[in-house]
Amino acid sequence: MAVTIALAVLIVIGFLAGIRLMQSPRTALWGNRLGALSMLIAITWTFIVTGQGTFSSALIYIAIGGIIGLILGQSVKMIHMPQTVALLNGLGGAASALVVWTAVLGYTGASAEMLFWGTSGLAMGVGALTFTGSLIAVLKLQGLAFRKPIQFKGHGHILRIAILLAALLIILNMSFFGLYFGQIMPFIALLGLLAGFFMTLRIGGADMPIVISLLNSFSGIAAAIAGLAVNNIILSGTGALVGVAGLILTRIMCRAMNRSLFSVLAGFIPGSHQKSAPPERDEQAFGTEPPEDRPAEDDKLSKKYDHEPTAEETATSKIGEDKDIGKAESPEVELPGILKRAERIIIVPGYGMAVAQAQNAVRQLVDALEGQGSSVKFAIHPVAGRMPGHMNVLLAEAGIDYEKMMDLDAINPQFEHANLVIVVGACDVVNPAANAAEGTPISGMPILNAEKAKNIIICNLDEKPGYSGVDNLLYNQPHVITLWGDAAETIPRLTNMVNSE
Amino acid sequence: MLFALFIILIAAALLGYKVISAVPPLLHTPLMSGMNALSGITVIGALAVFATAPKGSENWAAAALILAMINVAGGFWVTERMLRMFKGKKRESEAQEIPWQ
Repeated sequence: MAVTIALAVLIVIGFLAGIRLMQSPRTALWGNRLGALSMLIAITWTFIVTGQGTFSSALIYIAIGGIIGLILGQSVKMIHMPQTVALLNGLGGAASALVVWTAVLGYTGASAEMLFWGTSGLAMGVGALTFTGSLIAVLKLQGLAFRKPIQFKGHGHILRIAILLAALLIILNMSFFGLYFGQIMPFIALLGLLAGFFMTLRIGGADMPIVISLLNSFSGIAAAIAGLAVNNIILSGTGALVGVAGLILTRIMCRAMNRSLFSVLAGFIPGSHQKSAPPERDEQAFGTEPPEDRPAEDDKLSKKYDHEPTAEETATSKIGEDKDIGKAESPEVELPGILKRAERIIIVPGYGMAVAQAQNAVRQLVDALEGQGSSVKFAIHPVAGRMPGHMNVLLAEAGIDYEKMMDLDAINPQFEHANLVIVVGACDVVNPAANAAEGTPISGMPILNAEKAKNIIICNLDEKPGYSGVDNLLYNQPHVITLWGDAAETIPRLTNMVNSE
Repeated sequence: MLFALFIILIAAALLGYKVISAVPPLLHTPLMSGMNALSGITVIGALAVFATAPKGSENWAAAALILAMINVAGGFWVTERMLRMFKGKKRESEAQEIPWQ
């Protein structure tokens, strides 16, 4: 027993040390490998302790899962990381639910019955919820189904009833020892599956970073509870690590988006109250697809929208056109000079850049700008992608050094020293309305202070507001030049301007 | 044993909080996919119940083994691929050295 505990401590420390190495991009790769090594030791050790008789058949299943996992890990594209992580969250939750279910079926009347039945029920419920919740998230992120948040009458009630009923059954399960050995468990599973389904169904695309982080946490919590049920120290300790990591990221994402976890889970859509008259606000909000909210698969962006522009929108775009015409010089004349004079440039990438698949175009622009002796940095808002840190991965994939990628706190004091800011497919995260206006969905949201730079070029698809629905105050400022259109076309135009004469 | 289990659970959560909080936003996606891999630790629970499962119920444990191993292999491998992309090159261009402030 002392050996078991000592080894468990060692393995958990191995995982912790791996995460510690992930604190720097220089050592992160070794951190991941240390984690994998610790995992290998844990599995081997468990084989030695429990593997008698079933050794060979268990190995077959492990091999099958391992091969599927490797194929998945090898084939997945970086733009699809959010749905990949969501899928793995779901599988983790399902695995924990299956483990406690098998433990219940093989129940022999061991000691600590209350603990066993209580934790089994809980792990079953959390695991099932994580499973369906994650699958819905995958479908949404992949653009296969439920792309727009779906919320029907009594949605919240169904969700609350499912969760309350599940909680009640878990308590019954604990108090009456599984109500005669596990009869209740399938019902807990069913309620968990339902709750996960309804919980994620009504959550919108831009809230996905929060949901993925939360489900990541749940998959760990399910494992930790399953560890309590089957009395496994390594399982509990490691599950706790995952649970904590997910919670930390959930909190970071909520802060960065100026949302409370409650309002996200309640399906509240920011900006929906601004877009149209109150009675039809729900339909209107779901029918309106903000430009940032497109599925990652859209290789080409069509400029058409699946809704008719409202009178208000048409009015604002008219104003925009008038202003452009009124300018003394057209952007084509002004831009080359601005680009060539700029010594310190900050690029603000948003999800629109990823949707337009303009990463490589941006990288070529960076190369051109550095070629003329300019210094270029990237300002990356925490919610610039569809999951925490997603934008960094996409830029790294395009071959951009991580040293150029700055997070919000590091880059914000530098905007006032920048000659030029280039915004690529980002809207809400640079909208000064977050600081200036009161009572908008983004008021108080931490933003990138792009406004403070000398010149700003905005390469967004169009001048529609971002996910929040708040008009971007930046668009009308005198030091801003806007280039509407597909970033995969507008960015190369900038690159050509830098390279020409 | 149960006492040790609770202690380690709580200690892991507290230490984990400290260590994970210090991971920079730059690496949050690899962190999450790495956490996917760690949540595959359920595979050892599946192994344990597989060994003691009564006749007919091994299939549930077998399914758990497969799902958890997808997490382990998929999670670690995709994290490896991602982290290999993060490159920091020191360029000697003068512009890089001009302090911004």
